[in-house]
Amino acid sequence: MNGVHDMGGMHGFGPVRPEANEPVFHHRWEARMLALTLATAAWRKWNIDAGRFARERTPPADYLRYSYFERWYAGLCRLMDEVGLVSAAEIASGRPAPGSAKATPPVRAADVKAILDKGGPSARDHGRPGRFRVGQRVRARNINPEHHTRLPRYARGKSGVIVRDHGIHVLPDSSASFKGEDPQPLYNVRFEAAELWGDDAPFRGAVHIDLWDCYLDAA
Amino acid sequence: MSGNHDHDHSEIPSEPALRVKALETLLVQKGLVDPAALDAYIEYCETKIGPRNGARVVARAWVDPAYRERLFADATAAIAELGYGGRQGEHMVAVANTGTTHNLVVCTLCSCYPWPVLGLPPVWYKSDAYRSRAVIDPRGVLADFGVTLPADKEIAVWDSTAEIRYLVVPERPAGTENLDEAALAALVTRDSMIGTGFPLSPGAAR
Repeated sequence: MNGVHDMGGMHGFGPVRPEANEPVFHHRWEARMLALTLATAAWRKWNIDAGRFARERTPPADYLRYSYFERWYAGLCRLMDEVGLVSAAEIASGRPAPGSAKATPPVRAADVKAILDKGGPSARDHGRPGRFRVGQRVRARNINPEHHTRLPRYARGKSGVIVRDHGIHVLPDSSASFKGEDPQPLYNVRFEAAELWGDDAPFRGAVHIDLWDCYLDAA
Repeated sequence: MSGNHDHDHSEIPSEPALRVKALETLLVQKGLVDPAALDAYIEYCETKIGPRNGARVVARAWVDPAYRERLFADATAAIAELGYGGRQGEHMVAVANTGTTHNLVVCTLCSCYPWPVLGLPPVWYKSDAYRSRAVIDPRGVLADFGVTLPADKEIAVWDSTAEIRYLVVPERPAGTENLDEAALAALVTRDSMIGTGFPLSPGAAR
């Protein structure tokens, strides 16, 4: 979707402000919010792509106003409501709906380390055959879907060279909408700065972007 | 970003603190989460993952040419040799700074970051300022960190749009020939593994 989350190349957000000796969390609620997001994901009612898509659908003005973990709060509430895990009415009232069944058992503390150590690989053994090879020149398609995509706007219509073949990976566009994994080759594509930003590009070099086979045409 | 500075000890909790507390209470009542498990997730993020892990990987690559070769051939496997892997580090790629190229990692679309080797991302990495500007004006971003590169150095920016996570392997600082691997690891900063900084000089490490 052409959302405000797709920020690459935008101006006006001001300087980057590094913080010396930054703590992992600045507030306990931020830590609880991260943990709630990870723990509820274990119910497998959604996937990581659907999680990102839920955050992206926060109305733009709210998205920009929220701090990082407020964006996570908004995304998790939307997601839980959409998949029927927790309704918006329950979140608004703070109480389980009358007569609603109690889910059990949730993730236990003893299982957490193994879950995180295992992670959730996106690589798959089988998928669509690849159409491109390392060294080939390609052009990112000019697509503007309303659904989730990981082809950023600043690369659409631009040409680059495939520098690495990452193998077969789950396609987020499909996965985020629960329409299947559609596994296919994922490549790293090198776009020269001048191709992306014009002849007066502010730097000499390139931007490397990981792009799926279906995002690309031969150039 | 929130401009208030209330902390856990403040008497009046911020609104997000109240909302998240209410959400946790609801999810516990519904049987969807166990508070002890939430504590375990937080402990993992605060103690098991972090830039000390990545620093060990970089230091090993500096002293062991065979390891360096394995790291650039298959970073996920090479990093697993040192015991690191898992969520948000399932598919790792290492990129080397050289005399001619400086690497910088960003996620313009969200906040993708290699958790096992660097921990959770700092606020600036997740900020709209960094996400928007790193791909169009990396030299300007580096200036915000006090970093200036030679004019002829090329910059390679890595936008983490998939589940591939990037680790920058900075150049080994001069004057470190006599340091052992542990002493070298102490020179490797988090920012040097993102590309917004350099390793410390010998004598500067604490």
